[in-house]
Amino acid sequence: MKILGMNGDNAVAYAMKQINPDVVAGYPITPQTIAIEKFSEYVADGEVDTEFVAVESEHSAMSACIGASASGGRVMTSTASAGLAFMWEMLYVAASTRLPIVMNVMNRALSAPINIHCDHSDSMGARDSGWIQIYGENVQEGYDNIIQAVKIAESAGLPVMPCFDGFIVSHAVERVEALDDEKVKNFIGIYKSEHPLLDVENPVTYGPFDMYDYYMEHKKQEHEAMKAALKIVKDVGKEYEKISGRSYDTLSEHRLDDAELAVIALGSTAGTAREAVDEMRKKGINAGSLKLRLFRPFPYEDIRNALKNVKAIAVMDRCDSFGAFGGPMFSEIRSALYKTSDAEVVNYIYGLGGRDVTTNHIKKVISDLNNISTTGKVKEYVQYLGVR
Amino acid sequence: MVSLKELSKKEEKLASGHRLCAGCAEPIIVRQILSATDEPVIASNATGCLEVATTIYPYTSWKIPWIHSAFENAASTIAGVEACYQVLKRKGKINREIKFVAFAGDGGTYDIGIQALSGAAERGHDFLYVCFNNEAYMNTGIQRSSATPMGASTTTSPAGSVIPGKKEFPKDLTEIMAAHKIPYVAQGSPGFYNDLIAKAGKAFSIKGPKFMNVIAPCPRGWRHPTDKTIEISKKAVETCFWPLYEVENNEYRLTGISKLIAEGKKEKLPIVEYLKMQGRFKHLFTEKYKHIIPEIQSRIDSDWGILKKKCGY
Amino acid sequence: MKGWKEIPDGGLILEPGNSVEYKTGSWRAKRPVWDKEKCINCLICWIQCPDNAIIVENEKIRGINYDYCKGCGICASICPKEAISMEEEK
Ligand SMILES: Cc1ncc(C[n+]2csc(CCOP(=O)(O)OP(=O)(O)O)c2C)c(N)n1
Ligand code: SF4
Ligand SMILES: [Mg+2]
Repeated sequence: MKILGMNGDNAVAYAMKQINPDVVAGYPITPQTIAIEKFSEYVADGEVDTEFVAVESEHSAMSACIGASASGGRVMTSTASAGLAFMWEMLYVAASTRLPIVMNVMNRALSAPINIHCDHSDSMGARDSGWIQIYGENVQEGYDNIIQAVKIAESAGLPVMPCFDGFIVSHAVERVEALDDEKVKNFIGIYKSEHPLLDVENPVTYGPFDMYDYYMEHKKQEHEAMKAALKIVKDVGKEYEKISGRSYDTLSEHRLDDAELAVIALGSTAGTAREAVDEMRKKGINAGSLKLRLFRPFPYEDIRNALKNVKAIAVMDRCDSFGAFGGPMFSEIRSALYKTSDAEVVNYIYGLGGRDVTTNHIKKVISDLNNISTTGKVKEYVQYLGVR
Repeated sequence: MVSLKELSKKEEKLASGHRLCAGCAEPIIVRQILSATDEPVIASNATGCLEVATTIYPYTSWKIPWIHSAFENAASTIAGVEACYQVLKRKGKINREIKFVAFAGDGGTYDIGIQALSGAAERGHDFLYVCFNNEAYMNTGIQRSSATPMGASTTTSPAGSVIPGKKEFPKDLTEIMAAHKIPYVAQGSPGFYNDLIAKAGKAFSIKGPKFMNVIAPCPRGWRHPTDKTIEISKKAVETCFWPLYEVENNEYRLTGISKLIAEGKKEKLPIVEYLKMQGRFKHLFTEKYKHIIPEIQSRIDSDWGILKKKCGY
Repeated sequence: MKGWKEIPDGGLILEPGNSVEYKTGSWRAKRPVWDKEKCINCLICWIQCPDNAIIVENEKIRGINYDYCKGCGICASICPKEAISMEEEK
């Protein structure tokens, strides 16, 4: 093990160096750029065997990843915001062609107006594309997630999008416990594609024209693969704990055991939520928090279990779903709890375009929950937090 | 000269049973181009008639590894395949020679795919890109593209009572690709199969990015009888509407009939000979729009003059 | 028809060239008829057939594969010896 001081982007590049993928196709976009720059240095210094393709757009980045992954290579990329949006069409192709591509997303807001700072509109917009989505809280998790993602992707036969917060994680230098290269290598093993395009002796047709007679069968396969991925994420998390000492599951709880009030967040806000919970506890308020790590597949049973005893829940969405009844996580959590919980569930849309969220904000959220719990009344189910 | 007798002994890489229209030029071009190499070939294919009609699930006409991922990215998809090949070869996991080819229509090349093509060409991937130029978006029902000739009636540039079909001349994509200064760029026609197969053979033998733009008459979109595909593809050349030439290491060279025309050994036919065979130009033969034909002719003459000069005539 | 458990994942087709199971000959309105006597085996019709429906064995034309020939008539129109003629399908 090595202790390193790295920002999130460099940690991604470092993990990618240890993974030593066959092909990386990259394109610059803030706050992800540092990762591909750093990785380019590894390539330039001969520290990896990777064929690095400095493409002319993110659409081509994902297209090249698709070509390379279909060819039988281990393939990675990373992006953010407009880059991810530009790939949108190809995200679906990657997933439904069942290609185990790993792409780190450094979450950033979508235009307009153009904004380079963190929110989750980008990856949440891709939530139905068939990619497994894992959200990390800090640099260490960012590093750990990307290594696990390789194994998850290749076991599930689905692409994986590990995400973390742009700038907040991507540009923050933190202490990272990095595994030894050998350990990473053994953990991920050797990738062997079942039907590589490069096998000229056994020609495969990838990406045919599908009509109503078979399209639904192909979607059903994808549906089942995504369901099966839940256990894979858990298993890989347990395996990873054995080599790292750090445990990973679909979610993690903070003081939820005896809590009546719960705050749910993903990404870096989960840490802020824990602090807020601790401070409120000191004031005698029975709060807890839940950090969601896995968003796709959505671990609704784990969520039900974790929240079974709480009376009021605040779901923190760092992105709006305009016109919907709340943000994306809110809809999913309410749906997961339907008929299994009597808790009131409210939604806070916060932190858009990098708007700061502090412990005070979350303490206010917990106070709101406390009011709901004591009065039994909800003033507003969905509200913007920290807006003027 | 290619020997058809020799070629006929090779295994076909595109099987029968595909559902391209009767008389479509696209499968003819595929067969001719793929017959030009004995090495294994892997193809990417942009969305379009060729892709759709050759892979209607659960059937495929491809006997070679083949991938379609979207419309605008035949070049970037094959770039990924080729990149993977390079690394696996470096690692000793593959040790045979493989050729890479990207197939796309004019819409998928001149318009929506030009960025990916330009990028892949600039990066120097080892692949041959073949544009099937039927001068419109055929698979969606004959809409104009930037390859559609001036005066052609398409479903988004229909000839009406005040507008005579497409008002603009097409962009010259072959020249755009030549401006990338890649090792090989060529124009071909399936009517002149000797020329086309020789060019494909040359392209396959060269390392780096290669581009071939091939005229591909479409009976449905050009509104000509299905048996006239080959004749029209020849008329395109004989009128200098679609000259046969190649640019090898930045050196321009006319080939086949075009060379003979430049050298005065063969007559250059007037453009009407080409236009009159196709329903998409029918309105140009009316009183109202007949003035368009000389405009087309003068553009062809001027383009031909420029090309001849580049080729040293 | 096969169910989702019975087909390869990801939409892959693992049988190269299996479109031969799909016979396009039924599209034909006119049928090319080849005259062995006139044919000089130049193979031009073979290299310009969109459907690979000209049967060539040992460098010689053996006939037309009516399973796939769509009747476009290209072969008849380009044959330098007029060895192929188009007749109405009955
Ligand atoms: C991004 C995107 N836009 C539009 C389409 C619709 N589309 C499919 S094929 C096609 C036309 C293809 O035209 P061309 O590339 O010239 O090939 P052709 O069919 O003429 O051979 C279009 C517009 C698509 N599939 N994807
Ligand atoms: S529409 Fe034109 S290009 Fe498309 S299959 Fe028919 S003939 Fe070929
Ligand atoms: Mg076209």
